[in-house]
Amino acid sequence: MSATLLVTALSFAQIALALAGCFAGWRILRGPRAQDRVIGLDTLYVTAMLLFLVTGMRTGSSFFFEAAMVIGLLGFVATVAMAKFLLRGEVIE
Amino acid sequence: MIQQNLILILIFLPFLGAIAASTLSVNAHNAAAWLSGAVLVGGLIVMAALYPAIEEGRVLRSVLTWIPSLRLNLSFRIDGFAWLFVTLVLGIGLLVVLYARYYLSKSDPVPRFYCFLLAFTGAMVGMLVSGNIIMLVVFWELTSVISFLLIGYWYHNPAARDGARMALIVTATGGICLLAAMLILGQIVGSYDLDRVLASGEVIRAHPLYLTVLALFLIGAFTKSAQFPFHFWLPNAMAAPTPVSAFLHSATMVKAGVFLLVRFSPALGGSEAWFFAVTGTGMVTLIVGAVFALFRHDLKGLLAYSTISHLGLITALAGIGSTGAIVAAIFHIANHAVFKASLFMAAGIIDHESGTRDMRRLSGLMRLMPVTGTLAIVAAAAMAGVPLLNGFLSKEMFFAEAASWHNGSWLDDALPYLATFASIFAVAYSLRFIMTVFFGPPPTDLPKMPHEPSPWMRRPVELLVLICLLVGILPGTTLGPVLNMAARSVLGPETPYFSIAVWHGFNTPMIMSLIALVLGAVLYFVFAARISEGPEGPPLLHRIRAQRIFERMLLSLSWKWPRVLHRLFGTERLQPQLRLIVLLSFAAGAATLWGGITFLQKTGLPAFDPAFALMWVVGGVCAIGAAWQAKYHRFASLALLGGAGVITCLTFTWFSAPDLAVTQLLVEVVTTVLLLLGLRWLPKRREEIVGDKLAPARIRRAWDLVIAGASGIGIAGIAYVMMSRPLVPGIGDWFLKNAYHEGGGTNVVNVILVDFRAFDTFGEISVLAIVGITVYALLRRFRPGAESAGLPEQQLGEEAEALKDYLVVPSVIMQWMFPVMIVMSAYLFFRGHDLPGGGFSAGVTLAIALLLQYLASTVRWVESHIVILPIRWMGLGLLISCGTGIGAWLFGYPFLTAHARYLDLPLIGKVPAATALLFDIGVYALVVGATVLMLIAIAHQSLRSARLRAQDEAPAEKEVA
Repeated sequence: MSATLLVTALSFAQIALALAGCFAGWRILRGPRAQDRVIGLDTLYVTAMLLFLVTGMRTGSSFFFEAAMVIGLLGFVATVAMAKFLLRGEVIE
Repeated sequence: MIQQNLILILIFLPFLGAIAASTLSVNAHNAAAWLSGAVLVGGLIVMAALYPAIEEGRVLRSVLTWIPSLRLNLSFRIDGFAWLFVTLVLGIGLLVVLYARYYLSKSDPVPRFYCFLLAFTGAMVGMLVSGNIIMLVVFWELTSVISFLLIGYWYHNPAARDGARMALIVTATGGICLLAAMLILGQIVGSYDLDRVLASGEVIRAHPLYLTVLALFLIGAFTKSAQFPFHFWLPNAMAAPTPVSAFLHSATMVKAGVFLLVRFSPALGGSEAWFFAVTGTGMVTLIVGAVFALFRHDLKGLLAYSTISHLGLITALAGIGSTGAIVAAIFHIANHAVFKASLFMAAGIIDHESGTRDMRRLSGLMRLMPVTGTLAIVAAAAMAGVPLLNGFLSKEMFFAEAASWHNGSWLDDALPYLATFASIFAVAYSLRFIMTVFFGPPPTDLPKMPHEPSPWMRRPVELLVLICLLVGILPGTTLGPVLNMAARSVLGPETPYFSIAVWHGFNTPMIMSLIALVLGAVLYFVFAARISEGPEGPPLLHRIRAQRIFERMLLSLSWKWPRVLHRLFGTERLQPQLRLIVLLSFAAGAATLWGGITFLQKTGLPAFDPAFALMWVVGGVCAIGAAWQAKYHRFASLALLGGAGVITCLTFTWFSAPDLAVTQLLVEVVTTVLLLLGLRWLPKRREEIVGDKLAPARIRRAWDLVIAGASGIGIAGIAYVMMSRPLVPGIGDWFLKNAYHEGGGTNVVNVILVDFRAFDTFGEISVLAIVGITVYALLRRFRPGAESAGLPEQQLGEEAEALKDYLVVPSVIMQWMFPVMIVMSAYLFFRGHDLPGGGFSAGVTLAIALLLQYLASTVRWVESHIVILPIRWMGLGLLISCGTGIGAWLFGYPFLTAHARYLDLPLIGKVPAATALLFDIGVYALVVGATVLMLIAIAHQSLRSARLRAQDEAPAEKEVA
């Protein structure tokens, strides 16, 4: 019973995250401001990380957690670099 | 066996000597001379040891297998002809070393000179004894290159530089032709082995490509031996120090061409084309050289043209190709080397002692330097062909060949007259050399008062002149046996013994000699005064300067024509270039794959997953959006690219490639930052350009879309076809099966990278290192465009003031993240052999960690807190991975053989340890170094341009003040 529940929940979570990814993608594509695009990209990174975790749980494979960890630790670097570019006009001063 | 080793010693000893000589100190005159002398004496001892076997008519061989799959072996063979030539090279080389010891002044850097001289000897010997015709060309080119270095020895002198460059261009062009000829020869014969080629004369002459081979071969030989019309480099090469002129440009290197002609005459010779081309060129060169020599005022110039003339004589003999002619050619090669080397040395002594080589200023030196004068007179007499000297004998043999009947063509009929005509001039220029320099009134306007040189400087000349006399008087007992041995090795063992006598009776050659001597003397005495007053060169003809024609050609070829071509076909606009590249690759791909591709029904795709499908849609839209926005909205395009990248990682993980996913993610991050760094320096969009509103722009964009779509679909199609193929059993299974017990790791990807295919990885990291350094070097010279050189607008104005403490909290967190990231990097590294990770991803992680510190604060702050030496990281990485590879040699395994085992460490327990891990450390260090080097190089641009701005502002402020 609980297994069925878990599978259903995880499947739902996957779809929901994928939809979130779609919205984030829409934000990146449409903007309208550059800041919106950066936030969109960051959201997409986080969504992807969560999707990795959920899928990992669903398939029982631990390899998904590797990628999730890498995003968790380093995914924000691109966001920071973009933010700094927008704020200061250059990434490294 | 001992002979094989002796041959190898003979080849490698001079090169080893050259390396040793190059390490000596700059003014170690005696040490360098002794070293060179010892090397050459060693070579001569080897030759003496080989003589008994050679004399029996045997051919000694020594083969080192090098690249057997390409039929390239380091094969060496010595027969009689090569023996004679090598001995000549080593002997004259020894005398030249002795002479150079006293010739070079105290201020000349000697290690360079002796190093080149020995290397040249090695190259020359290698060329002479090569048993493989490709190796022969390699050594041949080596002599050209070293000749270039030796001519340019006094590189502060512009004449030396020009002469060196001209010699290199002419002889190296010939070398390329020779290489082509040898390659075709090898294809015709089916082997690059010299013996096989020489034995296949019939096949070669009957082949349809015979004339092509002949033409290419002759261009090679003629450029090297300074045959007309390629002769002009030799007089210009006289800017070299005199020992070099004596050694390379009279006695040995220029003889390489005639050596080749004689050597290959059994294979290529014997046809009418050969006779006309070779004998014709030889006779023209003989006459042109002799006539020009008479009109030169420079001592070395006279000798240079005389050398050209004598080389023409030998070439003509090689073209005639009869037994007598080949014997005469070999004989004259030796004789000319002896008397011309002594003359060059004498000219060098005169130059050294009096300070000038101009014959119009030199006069009456016989009184001041009687011994040198006598020696020079004897040597010049040998050059003129006076009886009882060696030059007379070989010239007499040449006359005999010229006068006898060969094939009845007009050239054959004209030979005796042409030969006599050239000899008249030879006598005249020899007389001029002697009369103007040594006789007449005492010299008046010399830079130095000449006197006899140091006796040891004269010894080589004395010895050479003695040989002239000995060979001239007793030819049969001195050079006769060796000469016949050499001729037999060229012409075949059944060649009859050719006896050389001083007196053949009063016959046609004798009459020709007498006519030449008498008319030459008359010619000189009648015109002596007028020649001295005239210009440098024969009347009228001196206006045609081959050198000037050459320079004009060089200018056209290397400067004007490329520019014209560039104007016609070149463009500096990026769009057409990219369009061409993409279209060409598309056409190449389509042409190759057309009709060859079959789509298979693929099974085994994973089940449809709605979440994954949705994400894929996002990725696809991002990718298309990135391409669409790339032109006008770079930043938006970059964000979209990031989105596409994330989805790619997702896909990799989905299809069970966690290694790739991790690596891709890391690379994604680095790429984004790298592009942002670059974005800073791109010019702003110019507002006056009106997007894609106009019709031409729209059409262009649509056309580009078609190209991009077609190429993209093509690539996707190829990828699909490849992936839908049934798996080839074997390689993949083998890796999966053997990764653990052969490579000691369970992560097959990593084991392949660092163990099974470690050599490929080694190549890749080397490329990465090269790319890193290249980017660094290019950016050092980077000057930003005027519109992006200033401070970005965000940092100007009041807004910037308000945002002074931007990102304070994030930057503190980022600094705290530094150790965490290092731990993660180590984690990825150490588990790499068994689980996803490895040197590359760990290296990129550390690079990102460092990069983050730069992001968190400023370049100055970071670099005052952490010392990062990317170049050292790279060097260390290369050293470690190379060292790991070499380490395998110690245990008798091939390069990069890996070893894996478990080690028992105290406290930790059993840990896997593989040498592949060491290799991976190298990869790791190199990746860190290269990535950081490139990123930092761009990051430093901000610092630099700030400094430049400060420099620009400083004078402006001064003016205001």
